[in-house]
Amino acid sequence: MANIAKKRDLSFRGFRRENGRVGVRNHVAILPLDDLSNAACEAVANNIKGTLALPHAYGRLQFGEDLDLHFRTLIGTGASPNVAACVVIGIEPGWTQRVVDGIKKLTGKPVSGFAIEGKGDLQTIADAGRVAKEFLQNASEMQREKCSIDELWVSTKCGESDTTSGLASCPTVGNLIDKVDPLGATSCFGETTELTGAEVVCAQRAISPAISKKFMAAFNAYQTVVERHKTNDLSESQPTKGNIAGGLTTIEEKAYGNFQKIGHKTKFIDVLKPAEMPTKGAGLYFMDTSSAAAECVTLQAAAGFVVHLFPTGQGNVIGNPIEPVIKLTANPKTARTMTEHIDLDVSGILRREMTLDQAGDALIDVMLRTCNGRLTAAEALGHREFVMTKLYQSA
Amino acid sequence: MPTTHFIVHDKKDTVGVIVDENGVKKGQKLTGWVMEGDATITLQAVDDVPLGHKIALKDIRKGETILKYGNDIGKAVADIGKGRHAHVHNMKTKRW
Repeated sequence: MANIAKKRDLSFRGFRRENGRVGVRNHVAILPLDDLSNAACEAVANNIKGTLALPHAYGRLQFGEDLDLHFRTLIGTGASPNVAACVVIGIEPGWTQRVVDGIKKLTGKPVSGFAIEGKGDLQTIADAGRVAKEFLQNASEMQREKCSIDELWVSTKCGESDTTSGLASCPTVGNLIDKVDPLGATSCFGETTELTGAEVVCAQRAISPAISKKFMAAFNAYQTVVERHKTNDLSESQPTKGNIAGGLTTIEEKAYGNFQKIGHKTKFIDVLKPAEMPTKGAGLYFMDTSSAAAECVTLQAAAGFVVHLFPTGQGNVIGNPIEPVIKLTANPKTARTMTEHIDLDVSGILRREMTLDQAGDALIDVMLRTCNGRLTAAEALGHREFVMTKLYQSA
Repeated sequence: MPTTHFIVHDKKDTVGVIVDENGVKKGQKLTGWVMEGDATITLQAVDDVPLGHKIALKDIRKGETILKYGNDIGKAVADIGKGRHAHVHNMKTKRW
């Protein structure tokens, strides 16, 4: 185990919620059920300063597994420990209430739903605004308290990766995971297609043959989607144009770089569906997700992860409205030309001025400061990419 | 410590990654760090290779598997001489 974990108390000051979970932010979310309700939600958030609207593109005529995922993502987002209270607005009352009930059942937090049909936007905005105002004032009185590292849920995903990601920034996250996993933290990685080429090595990191098999089933199902829809070898999509500019040539090469994020020792204990909440206690989880940054982080946030570690090579600028995204890079050019986006520069590893162990400790430090309330670069810059994953066309 | 121009993940690897921010120039004598085993190696660049891009550590023949992280990351689709730039023009995925 690392020096930092022995030397230092890895506690932080978070918000302890009704259900015992710990958040690191205290948002009052104004959550639309569907695309039609975005305008009303944004109007409420505009009137009641300090609340947070979460507009998105979907929610109409979805069905089957895709609809289940829509509800799971919305309910999970409202249920996040980073959300103190939630107002839900939908076009009609039935599905609106389903989201309200789902959040209540999981958390017991204040949540209230409003439907637009038969009333119009303006009356809905007034009604929802009154409740949002109460929620906001009550949330503003909540205090942070001392929380332990074993109460922290951390997710990770990388983006606009290049070869420096596999050399240093992803291994830095892996170093952190190997240090906090034995201390009882809960963590999550995903990006199913981005393990292509490294899937067998990844499957060997499962805690048991059954979980290994579960991982391969999710991996193979995603490969079937790629095979069904592809028109070429996916060059410029996976790897992306940015990956290729940064020196990554093949998906296999990208996959081995990506895979460094889970360290060398930690085993994953379960495979989650997109936005599915972990139920097996502390440990590392794999979530079956797209490798597109905003989609993946949105799903991890909806599963209850409260702080995110995001290594980038060429300079992905992503943020998430409810889960703070900490960005690190080992690319010296990106660290210099995109300083405003970078929370931690680990390019010293490539110059042999910094060891991986030191970089991992530095990332733990940045993570705990973020959990204590320090805004990430993405938060300060207003990056709020809330992107629902859609599995297929609506009916 | 002298400038490290390129880094190699694993002893078995047939390519290294240029880490000098300015890239390297054709003909330049390079110092490399092999992370596995912490060894230092040298190599002469035959092409200009930018930051983050790969350089061949040995002669790689068309069709041969390319190793990085000690693992298969694809195949050569043209001969790649030692010291040459290895990327999309002479390498390709084996998947999809």
